[in-house]
Amino acid sequence: MRLSLAPIPYFWPRERVEAFYEAAAGWPVDVVYLGEVVCGKRLELRLEDWIALGERLAAAGKEVVLSTQALIEAESELARMERLCRNGRFAVEANDLGAVHVLAEAGVPFVVGPHVNVYNAATLGLLAGLGARRWVPPVELPGRVLARVLAGRPRGLEVEVTAYGRLALAFSARCFTARADNVPKDACELRCRHDPEGRLMETQDGRALFVANGVQIQSAAPCNLAAELGAMREMGVDLLRVVPDASTTAEAVGILAEAAAGRREPAQAAADLAALRPGVGACNGYWHGRAGLDWRGALPA
Amino acid sequence: MRRPELVCPAGTLPALRAAVEGGADAVYVGLRGATNARNFPGLNLTPRELAEGVRHAHAAGARVFLALNTYPGPEEWPEAEAAVDAAAEAGVDALIAADPGLLARARERHPGLALHLSVQGSATNRRAIGFYHERLGIRRVVLPRVLSLAQVRRLVERLPVEVEVFAFGSLCVMVEGRCMLSSYVTGESPNRCGVCSPAKAVRWEEGPEGRSVRLNGVLVERFGSGEPAGYPVLCKGRFRVGGHVYHAIEEPTSLNVLDILPELVRCGVAALKVEGRQRSPAYVAQVTRVLREALDACLADPDGYRPDPAWVAALDRVSEGSTHTLGALDRPWM
Repeated sequence: MRLSLAPIPYFWPRERVEAFYEAAAGWPVDVVYLGEVVCGKRLELRLEDWIALGERLAAAGKEVVLSTQALIEAESELARMERLCRNGRFAVEANDLGAVHVLAEAGVPFVVGPHVNVYNAATLGLLAGLGARRWVPPVELPGRVLARVLAGRPRGLEVEVTAYGRLALAFSARCFTARADNVPKDACELRCRHDPEGRLMETQDGRALFVANGVQIQSAAPCNLAAELGAMREMGVDLLRVVPDASTTAEAVGILAEAAAGRREPAQAAADLAALRPGVGACNGYWHGRAGLDWRGALPA
Repeated sequence: MRRPELVCPAGTLPALRAAVEGGADAVYVGLRGATNARNFPGLNLTPRELAEGVRHAHAAGARVFLALNTYPGPEEWPEAEAAVDAAAEAGVDALIAADPGLLARARERHPGLALHLSVQGSATNRRAIGFYHERLGIRRVVLPRVLSLAQVRRLVERLPVEVEVFAFGSLCVMVEGRCMLSSYVTGESPNRCGVCSPAKAVRWEEGPEGRSVRLNGVLVERFGSGEPAGYPVLCKGRFRVGGHVYHAIEEPTSLNVLDILPELVRCGVAALKVEGRQRSPAYVAQVTRVLREALDACLADPDGYRPDPAWVAALDRVSEGSTHTLGALDRPWM
């Protein structure tokens, strides 16, 4: 199994983004997804900048994919998405059916991102017929459902499962970071730039539950599917996806790469991943068909 | 000026009759089972009831839409296909669905059946809506509650399909079809199961800190004495962010567009939708009557239209948190 890096979900200054990918060029990941998926106001890097970053990663041997914004409303966002889809250099991950429509029209093969609702073989087959060559299932899809969908997998279609990192759970027109700072979204001053890992939302009895990341809500606990590598291999999962954050990504990629190569036991890899972010736990409930935040299984001490 | 349809909810036959009597132009219903976004115990129709509801509504000049708006997995697929067939057999006026594969199947099996894109389709721009129109033949889109009035207006101008917008009822803060807060905490989501923050996961507790309510063990809200205690939908709970405890996502409130009804009508929207298939026939009757009266007043004299305080009060009485908002239609809300 190969490894991939999802787009950075947070709003980082350009220098931090560049430093992150300079390091990532040396990590054992095969595919790198680039772009701003969360908010159309985060324009620190333009398409040309992402492409330049992509060239450096491609030169380091990475497959580069540009990702489209998940929730597109404004005409300006739509225009940026269309330009990205027609960039002519790198493949594209479509994160809404608008992007799928543009890519199918242009006749460009694409990746179906995790924010497109594909829950069955009929929809997957439809998208494969329009040019999808890789599918990242919605994070809430249980492993056993994925296995059933893959039983009728369209020929040549790769499957990539989100294996580590905080899960994108929801998007809104409202900005929860601006709301936390009591400023209107239209005058947000890009407050999210001060939260390199979003802003923690705890229950009133102190449980870390969600993370506010601009217009996106993430899970506070990172998803951790290292222990499921055997089951994934059996059902034909091709890639393991890691969602970047500001503190644990390099280590997480290293651990998963060793597990994927058979040099570290999956259960040990799961325990090592869980130790990267003590205090917020880990979750694998979705994979097991339960509440997403559940953790099923034992972690070796 | 286009006369928008008033589309009202019905979870049961009595609610359907109440909606028709109250002046709904169309009623939307679901079939029992996990095929629709209001999969609550005791709710939704059997195929036989659906046929009866269609006869009743048609006799009164009203239309009936069937909502089949979950995303069926392989296990639910046969039930979803059977529901499509049941809709066609019952003679509904349109099928409201979201799943692309299922829409394709409906079009193939029942070419005469009108298809509406459910709000769960999560189509928020003209290219996404264009996908469903050009590839799957939808005739109408129900817009997610994330668009401003100006964005709705531009979509109506540019789209080759009819546009339906929500006018009243519980407010989704997140873009519909892409919210997993409920499944993250309870295991059941609107997309997969047709439910949000399901009642079976709710536990109330009395303690020294007040009245607490948990969803699958997760504390969503704690009410002080005398504070009205609402249903614990995750997005309306109070959480701690940066040391402050507040409604970090949204307060308990309902969507109500009475204040901007003339603007919406002038936009050329084809239909105004009332949320609430899980509500009682009495609720449906009340809300339908008020919106019928308001819409008729607006159509008769859009320039002179003012929302009657009695309408607003009547709707606030049945609203979450006894208060209302324009939601994303009004930019400052964002």
